[in-house]
Amino acid sequence: MDLFQHLAWGDAGWGDEIAAGTLVTITLALATLPFGLVLGFLIALAKNSHEPALRAAANVYTTIFRGLPELLTLFLIYYGGQIALSRLSMALFGEPIEVNGFVAGMFALALVFSSYASEVFLSAFRGIPAGQYEGSQALGMSRFATMRLVIAPQLIRLALPGLSNLWLILLKDTALVSVIGLNDILRNTSVAVGNTKEPFFFFLVACMIYLVLSMISSIGIGRVSAWAERGQGGRA
Amino acid sequence: MTHATTSIEASPPPPAARRRFSAARGAGWALLVAWSALGLGLALLLAQGYDAEMYARYLPRVLSGVWVTMQLVVLSVVLGAIISIPIAAGRLARPGLGATLAFGYSYFFRGTPLLAQTFLVYYGVGQFSDFFRAIGLWWFFREAFFCAVLTFSLNTAAYQAEILAGAIRSVPNGQWQAADSLGLRRSVTLLKVILPQALITSLRPYGNEVVLMIKGSAIAAVITVFDLMGQTRYAFSKTYDMQVYLWAAILYLVMVEVLRRVWDVLELRLTRHLKRASD
Repeated sequence: MDLFQHLAWGDAGWGDEIAAGTLVTITLALATLPFGLVLGFLIALAKNSHEPALRAAANVYTTIFRGLPELLTLFLIYYGGQIALSRLSMALFGEPIEVNGFVAGMFALALVFSSYASEVFLSAFRGIPAGQYEGSQALGMSRFATMRLVIAPQLIRLALPGLSNLWLILLKDTALVSVIGLNDILRNTSVAVGNTKEPFFFFLVACMIYLVLSMISSIGIGRVSAWAERGQGGRA
Repeated sequence: MTHATTSIEASPPPPAARRRFSAARGAGWALLVAWSALGLGLALLLAQGYDAEMYARYLPRVLSGVWVTMQLVVLSVVLGAIISIPIAAGRLARPGLGATLAFGYSYFFRGTPLLAQTFLVYYGVGQFSDFFRAIGLWWFFREAFFCAVLTFSLNTAAYQAEILAGAIRSVPNGQWQAADSLGLRRSVTLLKVILPQALITSLRPYGNEVVLMIKGSAIAAVITVFDLMGQTRYAFSKTYDMQVYLWAAILYLVMVEVLRRVWDVLELRLTRHLKRASD
């Protein structure tokens, strides 16, 4: 049988299942991104603070989540969250609740993403000269206005290369949720392998889909970075 | 014309206003207290759930998993370093077949998830078992451990090749030209002039790569290798006790932190000739 017939749509092949898995992968990565970015930014602010206590608290966070394997973080959130939430819900409502694999995956990936993103934001903060803060202060801008109008626009430009890398890593890390049974690309191809006994072909297809996704991402990142660099002159 | 006849005595700056309390300080302490509470809670959980029988049965297994994880990481990183040399050469070569192949290799292994690569090797190779039996390599591919080592080596080789190629590119061109004008052969230039400088700049990325490998090696558990993660999953499946995951978390953190500290010392030692006396 021709291998590519396995990829047919509908009941005859696995094309639609794999496409659905691709959608889950993309949704998961896109859903994780805003949480990871906001959390990472806040942690970078804490690390950049003059306050030793705040810096220490932020450093504990990054030490833990950059040191643990992503797979272990996922299991800790999925199984640990399941047990903790079930107990809580038993005590409150008298019935257990089920932890959603998607939410657990999103949570775990956001923890990992944010701890790496905080390092990226932190080094971007260090790349902004103190004169920018002093200049804003001289103009009588509030601290919030300084951050929003002066610092953030420069921060985005400086942090973008690092963040793009983290996005590509996030896209690949989503594959781990297949282990807790979420129907992403890898899980659905595994099911297809179980039925067709064509592991090499299907896992190669899965790899190719990830490659295409990262190529598409690169194009998108190029657009975003052109937008972020718009004030820099040249390179137009 | 008027002018000042007395100079104003220089006075020390006014003492900085010491703020007893700020939002940042409050938030910092609140978070630190929260972390301590979490740590204490987990410690309590471990103490409360202490079960001599469970410890006797599963702790030695989990510790043996640490040993397997170390073997996985060391083998993969060393083999990866060897494989990375020709790939780095390809990445530095002028456009041609070699450069294209090296780019394709690097793009594939860095652009796809390690888990998918592991499946591709472990399950994909099984499909061609007759072929590998015929050429006498089946004993190798039959073992999940060897498949994991192979996949991780190929994967880390792609990253290490980028590190190596980047470090060599970062050495200024004048170093090559100076060695050239001294009449040194290219191989001598590379080994004695370029690489020593390149490896210094690549020390930090190499350290990061080893850390990533320690963390990534947990994936081997998915293809039935009993590394630290594999033993932990086994123990959890038998006991349904979250404690074992906490053990694993602590052990992984210790491994990563020890490596980072050792690497920092190593880096300090290897770059001591770059430090000025006044520093």
